[in-house]
Amino acid sequence: MKNPYLPYPVRIQEIITETEDRNLKTFKLVFLKSEDEAAFSYIPGQFAELSVAGQGEVPIGIASSPTEKGFIMFTVNRVGKVTTYLHNMKPGDVMGVRGPLGNWYPWEEMKGKNVVIIGGGFAFTTLRSSIVWMLDPAHRGDYGDITVVYGARNPGMLLYKEELVAWERRDDITMHLTVDATDDPQWKYNVGFVPAITKEKAPSSENAYAIVCGPPIMIKFTLPVLADLGFPPERIITSLEMRMKCGIGMCGRCNIGTEYVCKDGPVFTMEKLSRLPNEY
Amino acid sequence: MHAYTEKIREAARRLLAEKKVDGVIGFRRGTLPLMNEPVFVRHADQVDQLVWDGNCGVNLANYLTKRKDRVAVVAKGCDSRNIVVHIQENQIARDQLYILGIPCKGMLNRRAILKALDGREPLQVEETEADVTVSGDGFEQVFPRKDVLQDNCKICIHRNPVIYDELLGDPVEEQKDVDRYEDVRRIEAMTVEERWTYFEELIAPCIRCYACRNACPQCYCPTCFVDESRPQWVGKSLDPTDTRTFHFLRAYHMAGRCTDCGACERACPMDIKVRQFTKKLEKDVKELFGYEVGVMLEERPPLDTYRPDDPQDFIR
Amino acid sequence: MLKIFVTKDNLPNLVGRLMDGATVLGPVKEGEAHRFRPLKKAADLDLSYQNSRLSPKDLVHPHSDAMFAFSLKKDDPEAGILKELPRSADKRLVLGIRPCDAKAFRLVDVNFLTDTYRDPWWEARREATVLVGLGCSRPCRSCFCTAVGTGPFDETALDVLMTELEDGYLLKAVTEKGEALLRDAPQAEAATDERMQKAEGIAEEAARKISKPFVTEPIKDKPQTELFSAEFWEEVQFACINCGTCTYLCPTCWCFDIQDEVHGEEGVRLRLWDSCMFPLFTLHGSGHNPRNQKLQRVRQRFMHKFKYYVDKYGDGPACVGCGRCVQYCPVNIDIRRVVAMMSASCVCPT
Repeated sequence: MKNPYLPYPVRIQEIITETEDRNLKTFKLVFLKSEDEAAFSYIPGQFAELSVAGQGEVPIGIASSPTEKGFIMFTVNRVGKVTTYLHNMKPGDVMGVRGPLGNWYPWEEMKGKNVVIIGGGFAFTTLRSSIVWMLDPAHRGDYGDITVVYGARNPGMLLYKEELVAWERRDDITMHLTVDATDDPQWKYNVGFVPAITKEKAPSSENAYAIVCGPPIMIKFTLPVLADLGFPPERIITSLEMRMKCGIGMCGRCNIGTEYVCKDGPVFTMEKLSRLPNEY
Repeated sequence: MHAYTEKIREAARRLLAEKKVDGVIGFRRGTLPLMNEPVFVRHADQVDQLVWDGNCGVNLANYLTKRKDRVAVVAKGCDSRNIVVHIQENQIARDQLYILGIPCKGMLNRRAILKALDGREPLQVEETEADVTVSGDGFEQVFPRKDVLQDNCKICIHRNPVIYDELLGDPVEEQKDVDRYEDVRRIEAMTVEERWTYFEELIAPCIRCYACRNACPQCYCPTCFVDESRPQWVGKSLDPTDTRTFHFLRAYHMAGRCTDCGACERACPMDIKVRQFTKKLEKDVKELFGYEVGVMLEERPPLDTYRPDDPQDFIR
Repeated sequence: MLKIFVTKDNLPNLVGRLMDGATVLGPVKEGEAHRFRPLKKAADLDLSYQNSRLSPKDLVHPHSDAMFAFSLKKDDPEAGILKELPRSADKRLVLGIRPCDAKAFRLVDVNFLTDTYRDPWWEARREATVLVGLGCSRPCRSCFCTAVGTGPFDETALDVLMTELEDGYLLKAVTEKGEALLRDAPQAEAATDERMQKAEGIAEEAARKISKPFVTEPIKDKPQTELFSAEFWEEVQFACINCGTCTYLCPTCWCFDIQDEVHGEEGVRLRLWDSCMFPLFTLHGSGHNPRNQKLQRVRQRFMHKFKYYVDKYGDGPACVGCGRCVQYCPVNIDIRRVVAMMSASCVCPT
């Protein structure tokens, strides 16, 4: 068995500054060895440990889709020691990736169902992976209507702006983009908080699953809206963040009750979370 | 000694009934011989948990840091000095505290008694003014109390609380003619190499559990320097350099703040004589500034005071 | 399985023979405490010990352990790439380990050796280690092994169980590895019926001496959320100073940290013991900390051992009743008292 702590060496191919505050950057990474790319077989919703020798590791959701070949992609918020260092790295630099880790959104279970994706701020990463994956011709037929509500503080804080615009133009996905506030006259989408826009657009819960990722405050106010729309807790799915080290359920720090977020999560249904201690 | 128990309970009952405090911090009977547990008593029906004997060595000032409520606290001489430091360092306000002063004749050194028992397990302990009688399966051993006190208590010169709202017993006689720094002088007399070896061996068993730091009322930094990650000052392994750095730097942070209450040494699971570091600094502060920590509430500590006539000239 | 008897006089010869074939570790007195150390000579072994102060978990899970090495040299084409270090798999024999501490390895196995991932360091050291246990004929008052599903002569996690008789040791093979060890023991005598009966008597007497301060069954039946929100945690946590003593001395506490250390242009990735008692353990990079209160950390330790572990693995609790945390907690937080409260879900009278 491969040493699960040993990162695959990767080279930074491209770094894209995503947001106007420059705190979010997307890293496109290429495996140094092609066999590693084959071994890194992932499913949307999973994460990986980004490893920088001498700095440490940081768990980040995989933002690329398995249908995108030749690279993997991570959007990193600059908050701590490792992420700050990462933000100062350059294309061509060598680092490591360890994974894929954790569980994923329940793609098998959701087959034949409508999927409502609700995202806020920089938690849109694995949701991007999910959308790209579902929109791929190989998978699009497996799912019904795809509805996306995605919001950020202002237009400059939205991730993946070009792709959002492209999806907006498609007829096999319904996009509801929103910002908390803006004075940008060019902004032609919604203005309002994600829970309010969700309520206004009222995606049907009929035969549908909702995937909700965002800051805790957004999730807190979105859950009652989804309940009103008729989504039962077992069909509301979220992905959690925790301080992690090993990423494989061994080092002991990321548990919520019996569950290790790194291995038993990060994806949980609200039904599951309701049976766990409220400690996250 | 046991008379204190009744007096503590009486005071606690009264203070709670009069709503003068939100709770009383004291000790309750431990689950092991020679151990008691700090307890926070909030209601009259818990008051009878409170006890006092020679196993109350934990420094209760440690439970006062940044409290928001108004509490009564049972305080020995050393606890009271740490309370003074806490007030001076704005960790708690004097008017939040109702101090129940306990004149103290020293706390028992559990480790020393266990060592003397040489593997025999103590099951019962009886204390009198003069003796400590320890008994177990098929044995009874009487120790003169003065022989089994904590090392810091043996040389304590502030047994009576220096600050209190109520003194729960008559002041005890302070120990005179104690040589507080015999061990420090012994280390000072060593060559540099001997001293280095001495300290290396002293801290070799350290497992970096930080019991010494956490037991210390004065170690209250929101983020200790060993826990800082940006930048990381100290490595977290058992590399001798890092362990050394932890102990040396911690000791320096204690300069002019340590009351030699012995909490660090008492807490160490590896029997490391942690006070060997802090005592040297205590001695220096006393010699350089004539200062004793936590004795006078109104007096500013020398290391946060500037005086033009400082004996050293580094600042000029 | 093979059973032999070795007189006390002949034990050093047996130990010497074992030392020829493997590194032998055993309880060695250092200062006031015993610690498991590689024996330099048979006489270093002190089987009269009660138990080691630090549990022998560090033989398999050391306090600090280098996982990988890397170079940061500018001109090194491999710079920044983590390299595996050789994992020593030298045969080792732990002599005189207490049955409770051996059982602890078994309990921790489920964490490190799973269907999806196997921890290579834990696995290599576990496989290379033979455990020759010494039954506990003089248990302490702070021992409670029989309350947590093990016992003073529990052989389930051992390769060989030794019982001290008046004049020598009865050695009983428990596994094939143990059998192989005893097969060519020098100066072995027959484990006569009389000796075996004596050993049984000693084991029964020891088990009788151990108190059972709580029952764990009711904890299984309670939802984790109910125990989590119980009121008694407020009382339990008060005295705690959040040091790592309980977790570092505990044979079943396995939590660890991963840290990079750089010296000049070379570095290593280390794994280090960590503790759920430390606020840093769960502090997010963002500053958020799901367990920023002492109460939450204290609760985590007990809940993990007696509820989360039990629910997750259908085994446990993750405690072997060695009593180290009881003996060495600087403020006398007693796990026996806490678990009794968890079991009863009440603030029990003290």
